[in-house]
Amino acid sequence: MHEMSLAGSVLEIIEDAAREQGFSRVRSVVLEIGRLAAVENEAMRFCFDAVMQGSIAEGAALEIIDVPGEGWCGQCATTVPLDEQYAACPRCGGYQVQATGGTQMRVKELEVE
Amino acid sequence: MCTTCGCGTGETTIEGVGHGHDPHWHVHADGTAHSHAPLSIAPPRAGRYRQVKAQDMALDPEPVQGDGLLHFGHGPAGAHAPGMTQSRMVQIERDILSKNDRFAASNRAALEARGFLALNLVSSPGSGKTSLLVRSIAALQGRVPVAVIEGDQQTSQDADRIRAAGAPALQINTGKGCHLDAAMVGKAIQALEIGEDGVLFIENVGNLVCPAAFDLGEAAKVVILSVTEGEDKPLKYPDMFRAARLMLLNKCDLLPYLSFDVERVIENARRVNPAIEVIRVSATSGEGMPEWLAWLERERADVLAGKQASTQLPDPRIAGTESGQAGVR
Repeated sequence: MHEMSLAGSVLEIIEDAAREQGFSRVRSVVLEIGRLAAVENEAMRFCFDAVMQGSIAEGAALEIIDVPGEGWCGQCATTVPLDEQYAACPRCGGYQVQATGGTQMRVKELEVE
Repeated sequence: MCTTCGCGTGETTIEGVGHGHDPHWHVHADGTAHSHAPLSIAPPRAGRYRQVKAQDMALDPEPVQGDGLLHFGHGPAGAHAPGMTQSRMVQIERDILSKNDRFAASNRAALEARGFLALNLVSSPGSGKTSLLVRSIAALQGRVPVAVIEGDQQTSQDADRIRAAGAPALQINTGKGCHLDAAMVGKAIQALEIGEDGVLFIENVGNLVCPAAFDLGEAAKVVILSVTEGEDKPLKYPDMFRAARLMLLNKCDLLPYLSFDVERVIENARRVNPAIEVIRVSATSGEGMPEWLAWLERERADVLAGKQASTQLPDPRIAGTESGQAGVR
Protein backbone atom coordinates (compact mmCIF):
# COMPACT_ATOMS: atom_id res chain seq x y z
CA MET A 1 0.00 0.00 0.00
CA HIS A 2 2.85 2.45 -0.49
CA GLU A 3 0.70 3.96 -3.22
CA MET A 4 -0.84 5.94 -0.35
CA SER A 5 2.43 7.68 0.44
CA LEU A 6 3.21 8.07 -3.26
CA ALA A 7 -0.14 9.85 -3.62
CA GLY A 8 0.89 11.97 -0.63
CA SER A 9 4.12 12.90 -2.43
CA VAL A 10 2.11 13.79 -5.53
CA LEU A 11 0.04 16.18 -3.41
CA GLU A 12 3.21 17.76 -1.98
CA ILE A 13 4.53 18.32 -5.49
CA ILE A 14 1.20 19.86 -6.50
CA GLU A 15 1.19 22.16 -3.46
CA ASP A 16 4.79 23.23 -4.08
CA ALA A 17 3.89 24.01 -7.69
CA ALA A 18 0.80 25.93 -6.53
CA ARG A 19 2.98 28.13 -4.31
CA GLU A 20 5.54 28.67 -7.04
CA GLN A 21 3.14 29.27 -9.90
CA GLY A 22 0.17 30.77 -8.14
CA PHE A 23 -2.77 28.56 -8.95
CA SER A 24 -5.51 27.61 -6.55
CA ARG A 25 -7.34 24.74 -8.16
CA VAL A 26 -6.20 21.61 -10.00
CA ARG A 27 -8.54 20.10 -12.57
CA SER A 28 -6.41 17.22 -13.75
CA VAL A 29 -3.13 15.54 -12.93
CA VAL A 30 -1.00 13.67 -15.44
CA LEU A 31 1.36 11.07 -14.02
CA GLU A 32 3.92 9.11 -15.96
CA ILE A 33 4.37 5.66 -14.45
CA GLY A 34 6.72 3.09 -15.88
CA ARG A 35 5.63 -0.50 -16.05
CA LEU A 36 8.67 -1.49 -13.97
CA ALA A 37 8.08 1.10 -11.23
CA ALA A 38 6.34 -1.30 -8.82
CA VAL A 39 3.20 0.84 -8.76
CA GLU A 40 -0.26 -0.62 -9.19
CA ASN A 41 -2.19 1.88 -11.27
CA GLU A 42 -5.53 0.85 -9.80
CA ALA A 43 -4.23 1.22 -6.24
CA MET A 44 -2.77 4.59 -7.22
CA ARG A 45 -6.17 5.77 -8.53
CA PHE A 46 -7.87 4.68 -5.34
CA CYS A 47 -5.30 6.38 -3.10
CA PHE A 48 -5.17 9.48 -5.29
CA ASP A 49 -8.88 10.18 -4.81
CA ALA A 50 -8.63 9.59 -1.07
CA VAL A 51 -5.52 11.73 -0.55
CA MET A 52 -6.64 14.67 -2.73
CA GLN A 53 -9.81 15.13 -0.70
CA GLY A 54 -9.87 18.49 1.03
CA SER A 55 -6.91 19.73 -1.03
CA ILE A 56 -6.67 22.04 -4.02
CA ALA A 57 -6.78 18.90 -6.18
CA GLU A 58 -9.97 17.46 -4.70
CA GLY A 59 -11.98 15.80 -7.44
CA ALA A 60 -9.19 16.27 -10.01
CA ALA A 61 -9.11 13.82 -12.89
CA LEU A 62 -6.12 11.49 -12.88
CA GLU A 63 -4.46 10.49 -16.13
CA ILE A 64 -1.75 7.84 -15.95
CA ILE A 65 0.61 7.55 -18.90
CA ASP A 66 1.84 3.98 -19.05
CA VAL A 67 5.51 3.77 -20.05
CA PRO A 68 6.65 0.39 -21.40
CA GLY A 69 9.57 -1.35 -19.75
CA GLU A 70 12.95 -1.68 -21.42
CA GLY A 71 16.12 -3.48 -20.45
CA TRP A 72 19.69 -3.99 -21.59
CA CYS A 73 20.58 -7.64 -22.07
CA GLY A 74 24.28 -8.18 -21.38
CA GLN A 75 24.39 -11.42 -23.35
CA CYS A 76 22.63 -10.11 -26.46
CA ALA A 77 24.28 -6.69 -26.03
CA THR A 78 21.08 -5.01 -27.06
CA THR A 79 18.01 -3.25 -25.66
CA VAL A 80 15.02 -5.52 -25.27
CA PRO A 81 11.39 -4.88 -24.25
CA LEU A 82 10.70 -5.92 -20.66
CA ASP A 83 7.23 -6.55 -19.25
CA GLU A 84 8.31 -7.09 -15.69
CA GLN A 85 11.37 -6.37 -13.59
CA TYR A 86 13.81 -9.31 -13.38
CA ALA A 87 12.14 -11.19 -16.25
CA ALA A 88 14.18 -13.28 -18.66
CA CYS A 89 15.46 -11.73 -21.89
CA PRO A 90 12.86 -12.34 -24.63
CA ARG A 91 15.68 -13.04 -27.14
CA CYS A 92 18.07 -15.36 -25.30
CA GLY A 93 16.11 -16.39 -22.20
CA GLY A 94 18.94 -15.29 -19.89
CA TYR A 95 18.52 -13.26 -16.71
CA GLN A 96 21.34 -10.78 -17.32
CA VAL A 97 18.89 -7.98 -18.06
CA GLN A 98 19.24 -4.54 -16.45
CA ALA A 99 16.12 -2.40 -16.52
CA THR A 100 16.90 0.80 -18.42
CA GLY A 101 13.46 2.29 -19.10
CA GLY A 102 10.00 2.22 -17.60
CA THR A 103 11.11 2.59 -13.99
CA GLN A 104 10.06 6.23 -13.61
CA MET A 105 7.29 7.70 -11.46
CA ARG A 106 6.78 11.34 -12.32
CA VAL A 107 4.24 14.10 -12.06
CA LYS A 108 4.29 15.23 -15.69
CA GLU A 109 1.80 18.06 -15.89
CA LEU A 110 -1.23 19.63 -14.27
CA GLU A 111 -4.30 21.37 -15.61
CA VAL A 112 -4.88 24.23 -13.24
CA GLU A 113 -6.98 27.33 -12.83
CA MET B 1 -5.85 9.29 7.72
CA CYS B 2 -6.25 12.67 9.29
CA THR B 3 -9.83 13.74 8.69
CA THR B 4 -8.86 17.38 9.07
CA CYS B 5 -6.30 17.73 6.33
CA GLY B 6 -6.18 14.33 4.67
CA CYS B 7 -2.69 13.25 5.73
CA GLY B 8 -2.57 9.80 4.18
CA THR B 9 0.26 8.46 6.28
CA GLY B 10 -0.94 9.94 9.53
CA GLU B 11 -0.56 8.29 12.89
CA THR B 12 3.21 8.13 12.69
CA THR B 13 4.68 8.62 16.13
CA ILE B 14 8.25 8.83 17.29
CA GLU B 15 8.98 8.09 20.90
CA GLY B 16 10.08 10.96 23.02
CA VAL B 17 9.69 13.60 20.34
CA GLY B 18 7.78 16.67 21.50
CA HIS B 19 4.39 17.36 20.16
CA GLY B 20 1.07 18.95 20.77
CA HIS B 21 -2.20 17.16 20.89
CA ASP B 22 -4.45 20.13 20.99
CA PRO B 23 -4.20 21.65 18.54
CA HIS B 24 -3.42 18.75 16.28
CA TRP B 25 0.17 18.78 14.89
CA HIS B 26 1.45 17.75 11.53
CA VAL B 27 5.11 17.72 10.65
CA HIS B 28 5.73 17.79 6.97
CA ALA B 29 8.40 16.08 5.02
CA ASP B 30 10.13 19.38 4.48
CA GLY B 31 10.52 19.79 8.20
CA THR B 32 7.80 22.32 8.75
CA ALA B 33 4.95 21.56 11.05
CA HIS B 34 1.50 22.95 11.25
CA SER B 35 -1.30 22.57 13.66
CA HIS B 36 -4.96 22.93 13.26
CA ALA B 37 -8.03 22.46 15.32
CA PRO B 38 -10.58 19.72 14.60
CA LEU B 39 -12.54 20.21 11.42
CA SER B 40 -15.74 21.21 13.15
CA ILE B 41 -14.26 24.38 14.56
CA ALA B 42 -11.58 25.10 11.97
CA PRO B 43 -11.84 28.57 10.50
CA PRO B 44 -11.45 28.58 6.71
CA ARG B 45 -8.26 29.18 4.75
CA ALA B 46 -5.41 31.24 6.06
CA GLY B 47 -6.33 31.11 9.72
CA ARG B 48 -6.36 27.36 9.65
CA TYR B 49 -2.62 26.76 9.70
CA ARG B 50 0.22 27.89 11.79
CA GLN B 51 3.54 27.20 10.10
CA VAL B 52 6.37 26.48 12.49
CA LYS B 53 9.75 24.87 12.09
CA ALA B 54 10.14 21.41 13.53
CA GLN B 55 13.14 22.75 15.38
CA ASP B 56 10.87 25.00 17.41
CA MET B 57 9.05 22.01 18.79
CA ALA B 58 11.04 21.03 21.87
CA LEU B 59 12.64 17.77 20.83
CA ASP B 60 13.44 15.54 23.76
CA PRO B 61 16.79 13.89 23.06
CA GLU B 62 16.14 11.02 25.48
CA PRO B 63 13.98 8.32 23.92
CA VAL B 64 11.40 8.03 26.65
CA GLN B 65 7.96 6.56 26.39
CA GLY B 66 5.60 9.43 25.83
CA ASP B 67 2.25 10.13 24.35
CA GLY B 68 4.07 11.90 21.52
CA LEU B 69 2.55 12.26 18.14
CA LEU B 70 4.31 13.41 14.99
CA HIS B 71 2.49 13.11 11.74
CA PHE B 72 4.53 12.53 8.62
CA GLY B 73 1.70 13.42 6.35
CA HIS B 74 1.69 15.68 3.45
CA GLY B 75 0.67 19.19 2.70
CA PRO B 76 -2.03 21.17 4.38
CA ALA B 77 -5.43 20.97 2.82
CA GLY B 78 -5.99 23.88 0.58
CA ALA B 79 -9.37 25.35 0.18
CA HIS B 80 -11.68 25.79 -2.71
CA ALA B 81 -11.23 29.03 -4.55
CA PRO B 82 -14.43 29.68 -6.44
CA GLY B 83 -14.49 32.35 -9.06
CA MET B 84 -11.29 31.35 -10.89
CA THR B 85 -12.17 29.68 -14.14
CA GLN B 86 -9.32 30.13 -16.63
CA SER B 87 -7.63 26.75 -16.82
CA ARG B 88 -4.10 26.19 -18.11
CA MET B 89 -1.59 23.37 -18.33
CA VAL B 90 1.47 23.48 -16.08
CA GLN B 91 4.54 21.35 -16.87
CA ILE B 92 5.87 19.75 -13.71
CA GLU B 93 8.21 16.88 -14.70
CA ARG B 94 9.12 15.98 -11.14
CA ASP B 95 9.89 12.52 -9.74
CA ILE B 96 7.32 11.42 -7.19
CA LEU B 97 10.03 10.14 -4.86
CA SER B 98 12.34 13.12 -5.36
CA LYS B 99 11.53 14.63 -1.98
CA ASN B 100 12.21 11.38 -0.12
CA ASP B 101 15.42 11.01 -2.09
CA ARG B 102 16.58 14.51 -1.11
CA PHE B 103 15.98 13.75 2.56
CA ALA B 104 17.80 10.44 2.13
CA ALA B 105 20.78 12.19 0.58
CA SER B 106 20.86 14.61 3.49
CA ASN B 107 20.70 11.73 6.03
CA ARG B 108 23.45 9.90 4.15
CA ALA B 109 25.75 12.91 4.11
CA ALA B 110 25.20 13.53 7.83
CA LEU B 111 25.85 9.88 8.73
CA GLU B 112 28.96 9.67 6.56
CA ALA B 113 30.32 12.87 8.08
CA ARG B 114 30.03 11.28 11.52
CA GLY B 115 31.61 8.04 10.37
CA PHE B 116 28.40 6.14 11.09
CA LEU B 117 27.63 3.00 9.13
CA ALA B 118 23.84 2.90 8.65
CA LEU B 119 22.19 -0.36 7.64
CA ASN B 120 18.54 -0.67 6.66
CA LEU B 121 17.37 -4.11 7.83
CA VAL B 122 14.43 -5.40 5.86
CA SER B 123 12.50 -8.66 5.98
CA SER B 124 9.06 -10.17 6.39
CA PRO B 125 7.59 -10.10 9.90
CA GLY B 126 8.97 -12.83 12.13
CA SER B 127 12.29 -13.45 10.35
CA GLY B 128 14.21 -12.79 13.57
CA LYS B 129 15.53 -9.27 12.86
CA THR B 130 15.27 -8.13 16.46
CA SER B 131 16.82 -11.30 17.93
CA LEU B 132 19.69 -10.97 15.49
CA LEU B 133 20.14 -7.34 16.49
CA VAL B 134 20.15 -8.17 20.19
CA ARG B 135 22.89 -10.72 19.59
CA SER B 136 24.86 -8.33 17.37
CA ILE B 137 24.65 -5.55 19.98
CA ALA B 138 26.01 -7.92 22.62
CA ALA B 139 28.93 -8.77 20.34
CA LEU B 140 29.71 -5.12 19.49
CA GLN B 141 29.24 -3.74 22.99
CA GLY B 142 32.19 -1.90 24.44
CA ARG B 143 33.96 -1.78 21.06
CA VAL B 144 31.65 0.06 18.70
CA PRO B 145 28.92 2.63 19.46
CA VAL B 146 25.60 1.17 18.32
CA ALA B 147 22.24 2.92 17.92
CA VAL B 148 18.99 1.45 16.68
CA ILE B 149 15.90 2.88 15.03
CA GLU B 150 12.94 0.51 15.23
CA GLY B 151 10.03 0.75 12.81
CA ASP B 152 6.74 -0.96 13.54
CA GLN B 153 3.12 -0.11 12.95
CA GLN B 154 2.39 -0.22 16.68
CA THR B 155 4.02 -0.85 20.10
CA SER B 156 7.51 -0.09 21.38
CA GLN B 157 8.29 -3.72 22.24
CA ASP B 158 11.21 -3.99 19.83
CA ALA B 159 12.85 -0.78 21.07
CA ASP B 160 12.39 -2.04 24.64
CA ARG B 161 14.22 -5.26 23.74
CA ILE B 162 17.07 -3.32 22.14
CA ARG B 163 17.41 -1.00 25.14
CA ALA B 164 17.45 -4.02 27.43
CA ALA B 165 20.34 -5.33 25.29
CA GLY B 166 22.27 -2.15 26.07
CA ALA B 167 21.96 0.09 23.00
CA PRO B 168 20.08 3.39 22.65
CA ALA B 169 16.96 2.78 20.58
CA LEU B 170 14.14 4.87 19.25
CA GLN B 171 10.82 3.45 18.16
CA ILE B 172 8.95 4.90 15.21
CA ASN B 173 5.35 3.78 14.96
CA THR B 174 4.15 4.25 11.42
CA GLY B 175 0.46 3.85 12.23
CA LYS B 176 -1.12 2.92 8.92
CA GLY B 177 2.20 3.26 7.10
CA CYS B 178 3.85 0.19 5.63
CA HIS B 179 7.46 1.47 5.56
CA LEU B 180 9.83 4.01 7.04
CA ASP B 181 10.70 7.05 4.94
CA ALA B 182 13.76 9.27 4.93
CA ALA B 183 12.11 12.20 6.73
CA MET B 184 11.08 9.97 9.65
CA VAL B 185 14.59 8.58 9.90
CA GLY B 186 16.13 12.06 9.77
CA LYS B 187 14.00 13.09 12.73
CA ALA B 188 14.87 9.92 14.61
CA ILE B 189 18.63 10.40 14.04
CA GLN B 190 18.29 13.90 15.43
CA ALA B 191 16.36 12.66 18.49
CA LEU B 192 18.84 9.82 19.13
CA GLU B 193 21.84 12.16 19.21
CA ILE B 194 24.17 9.53 17.82
CA GLY B 195 27.88 10.05 18.43
CA GLU B 196 30.73 9.30 16.05
CA ASP B 197 32.18 6.27 14.28
CA GLY B 198 29.47 3.79 15.16
CA VAL B 199 26.82 1.59 13.59
CA LEU B 200 23.19 2.62 13.16
CA PHE B 201 20.79 -0.25 12.57
CA ILE B 202 17.46 0.79 11.10
CA GLU B 203 15.01 -2.05 11.57
CA ASN B 204 12.35 -1.37 8.98
CA VAL B 205 8.70 -2.38 9.19
CA GLY B 206 8.35 -6.13 8.55
CA ASN B 207 7.32 -6.02 4.90
CA LEU B 208 9.09 -7.39 1.83
CA VAL B 209 7.40 -5.00 -0.60
CA CYS B 210 7.20 -1.29 0.17
CA PRO B 211 10.47 -0.60 2.05
CA ALA B 212 12.37 -1.54 -1.12
CA ALA B 213 11.24 1.69 -2.78
CA PHE B 214 12.26 4.11 -0.01
CA ASP B 215 15.88 5.14 0.38
CA LEU B 216 16.50 6.15 4.00
CA GLY B 217 20.10 7.29 3.53
CA GLU B 218 21.58 3.95 4.53
CA ALA B 219 24.92 2.64 3.33
CA ALA B 220 23.28 -0.67 2.43
CA LYS B 221 20.08 -2.63 2.76
CA VAL B 222 20.43 -6.00 4.46
CA VAL B 223 17.62 -8.45 3.81
CA ILE B 224 16.99 -11.14 6.41
CA LEU B 225 15.31 -14.33 5.27
CA SER B 226 14.64 -17.12 7.74
CA VAL B 227 14.83 -20.75 6.71
CA THR B 228 11.28 -21.31 7.97
CA GLU B 229 10.14 -19.24 4.97
CA GLY B 230 10.08 -20.51 1.37
CA GLU B 231 13.10 -20.78 -0.93
CA ASP B 232 11.10 -18.93 -3.57
CA LYS B 233 10.79 -15.66 -1.62
CA PRO B 234 13.55 -13.91 -3.63
CA LEU B 235 11.55 -14.64 -6.79
CA LYS B 236 8.22 -13.65 -5.25
CA TYR B 237 9.54 -10.37 -3.81
CA PRO B 238 12.38 -9.52 -6.22
CA ASP B 239 12.48 -5.76 -5.56
CA MET B 240 13.70 -6.25 -2.03
CA PHE B 241 16.37 -8.82 -2.90
CA ARG B 242 17.48 -6.65 -5.79
CA ALA B 243 17.84 -3.63 -3.49
CA ALA B 244 19.83 -5.48 -0.81
CA ARG B 245 23.63 -5.80 -0.72
CA LEU B 246 23.61 -8.69 1.77
CA MET B 247 21.19 -11.51 2.56
CA LEU B 248 21.36 -12.99 6.05
CA LEU B 249 19.87 -16.46 6.05
CA ASN B 250 18.62 -16.67 9.63
CA LYS B 251 17.47 -19.51 11.92
CA CYS B 252 19.99 -21.91 10.34
CA ASP B 253 19.98 -23.91 13.59
CA LEU B 254 16.57 -25.22 12.46
CA LEU B 255 17.83 -26.61 9.13
CA PRO B 256 18.03 -30.25 10.36
CA TYR B 257 14.29 -30.17 11.04
CA LEU B 258 13.23 -28.60 7.76
CA SER B 259 13.25 -29.50 4.07
CA PHE B 260 14.63 -26.04 3.21
CA ASP B 261 17.09 -26.08 0.29
CA VAL B 262 19.84 -23.53 1.07
CA GLU B 263 21.52 -23.79 -2.32
CA ARG B 264 18.24 -23.13 -4.10
CA VAL B 265 17.41 -20.00 -2.11
CA ILE B 266 20.88 -18.61 -2.83
CA GLU B 267 20.45 -19.42 -6.52
CA ASN B 268 17.05 -17.66 -6.51
CA ALA B 269 18.49 -14.60 -4.75
CA ARG B 270 21.36 -14.39 -7.27
CA ARG B 271 18.92 -14.69 -10.14
CA VAL B 272 17.36 -11.34 -9.16
CA ASN B 273 20.62 -9.86 -7.85
CA PRO B 274 23.80 -11.52 -9.14
CA ALA B 275 25.95 -9.42 -6.79
CA ILE B 276 24.14 -10.19 -3.51
CA GLU B 277 26.33 -11.55 -0.70
CA VAL B 278 24.95 -14.31 1.53
CA ILE B 279 25.81 -15.25 5.11
CA ARG B 280 24.16 -18.12 6.98
CA VAL B 281 23.45 -17.17 10.59
CA SER B 282 21.51 -18.22 13.65
CA ALA B 283 20.63 -15.67 16.31
CA THR B 284 19.94 -18.62 18.63
CA SER B 285 23.08 -20.75 18.25
CA GLY B 286 25.45 -17.98 17.17
CA GLU B 287 26.33 -19.77 13.94
CA GLY B 288 27.63 -17.35 11.32
CA MET B 289 27.94 -14.44 13.76
CA PRO B 290 31.72 -14.09 13.22
CA GLU B 291 31.18 -13.80 9.43
CA TRP B 292 28.38 -11.26 9.91
CA LEU B 293 30.50 -9.20 12.33
CA ALA B 294 33.45 -9.35 9.92
CA TRP B 295 31.16 -8.05 7.15
CA LEU B 296 30.12 -5.19 9.46
CA GLU B 297 33.76 -4.37 10.20
CA ARG B 298 34.62 -4.23 6.48
CA GLU B 299 31.69 -1.88 5.78
CA ARG B 300 32.63 0.24 8.77
CA ALA B 301 36.20 0.52 7.57
CA ASP B 302 34.89 1.89 4.25
CA VAL B 303 32.76 4.48 6.03
CA LEU B 304 35.62 5.55 8.31
CA ALA B 305 37.96 5.87 5.33
CA GLY B 306 35.34 8.02 3.59
CA LYS B 307 35.01 10.23 6.66
CA GLN B 308 38.76 10.78 6.84
CA ALA B 309 38.93 11.64 3.16
CA SER B 310 36.24 14.31 3.51
CA THR B 311 37.17 15.94 6.81
CA GLN B 312 37.82 19.22 5.00
CA LEU B 313 34.19 19.50 3.93
CA PRO B 314 31.65 21.40 6.05
CA ASP B 315 29.31 19.41 8.26
CA PRO B 316 26.10 18.52 6.41
CA ARG B 317 22.85 18.74 8.33
CA ILE B 318 20.33 16.07 9.05
CA ALA B 319 16.93 16.18 7.37
CA GLY B 320 14.33 17.89 9.45
CA THR B 321 16.35 20.70 10.99
CA GLU B 322 15.79 24.20 9.80
CA SER B 323 19.09 24.38 7.99
CA GLY B 324 18.74 20.79 6.85
CA GLN B 325 15.49 21.77 5.28
CA ALA B 326 17.20 24.54 3.39
CA GLY B 327 19.87 22.05 2.37
CA VAL B 328 17.45 19.61 0.81
CA ARG B 329 15.17 22.08 -0.86
